[in-house]
Amino acid sequence: MTEDDALERVVKILTPHVRNEEALANVSAETNILDDLKVNSARLVDVVLAFEDEFDIEIPDEDVDSVNTVGDCVKLIVGKAN
Amino acid sequence: MSHSGAPLTAAEVMKLIPQRDPFLFIDEILEIDEEHVVASYRWRPDADFYQGHFPGNPVTPGVLLIESMAQASVVALGLYLVTQTHSVEEARKFLTVFTDANVEFSGIVRPGDEVKITARKQFYRRMKLRSEAEMTLSDGTLVCSGVLSGMGIPQ
Repeated sequence: MTEDDALERVVKILTPHVRNEEALANVSAETNILDDLKVNSARLVDVVLAFEDEFDIEIPDEDVDSVNTVGDCVKLIVGKAN
Repeated sequence: MSHSGAPLTAAEVMKLIPQRDPFLFIDEILEIDEEHVVASYRWRPDADFYQGHFPGNPVTPGVLLIESMAQASVVALGLYLVTQTHSVEEARKFLTVFTDANVEFSGIVRPGDEVKITARKQFYRRMKLRSEAEMTLSDGTLVCSGVLSGMGIPQ
């Protein structure tokens, strides 16, 4: 799986929880999930569970703590999946 | 009675729930384990809100039915799960906040009605609990059902 492929699928999973459509339209690896996309922090668990289902991986809680941006998600997922 | 011993009993979980009268909407926890909870509540006919909801035609507000389901399916079950890994003293330092719900109503609850709330855990991760819950009247009539989530946050 390439990072571009993962990015597209990550954005698709984040989209229902995004409250800043403008940031979503300009999304990049540097986009911060909470600060830019305005995803409710309580939704992060839902997002992580969706990543696990989508990519058939397990994401330990300690790995989630270091995720801030869309690019962090992509790197974490590609690292686990490949 | 904590992570260092046997799981909490239903009565111990009941004591840990921070909500109190007039905003405690479960009377008793009938069953509880890592996967599910069953609780009951009798709606007090003298509750103030019946005077306005609605004058001459008292109906229990749907938001309170949701709160009742949340107190069983998220707060009580959440406290039971938290005390699997934390002491009771540590569990008291967390406040359970409501995060999201998707609920459908199919019946009404009148003053004096006794209801049963049955909930099953969908997931519990990073202090977030999501449960599928339903409320029924004593004759088995479904009142409302849905999915409710909450999170333990340090207070």
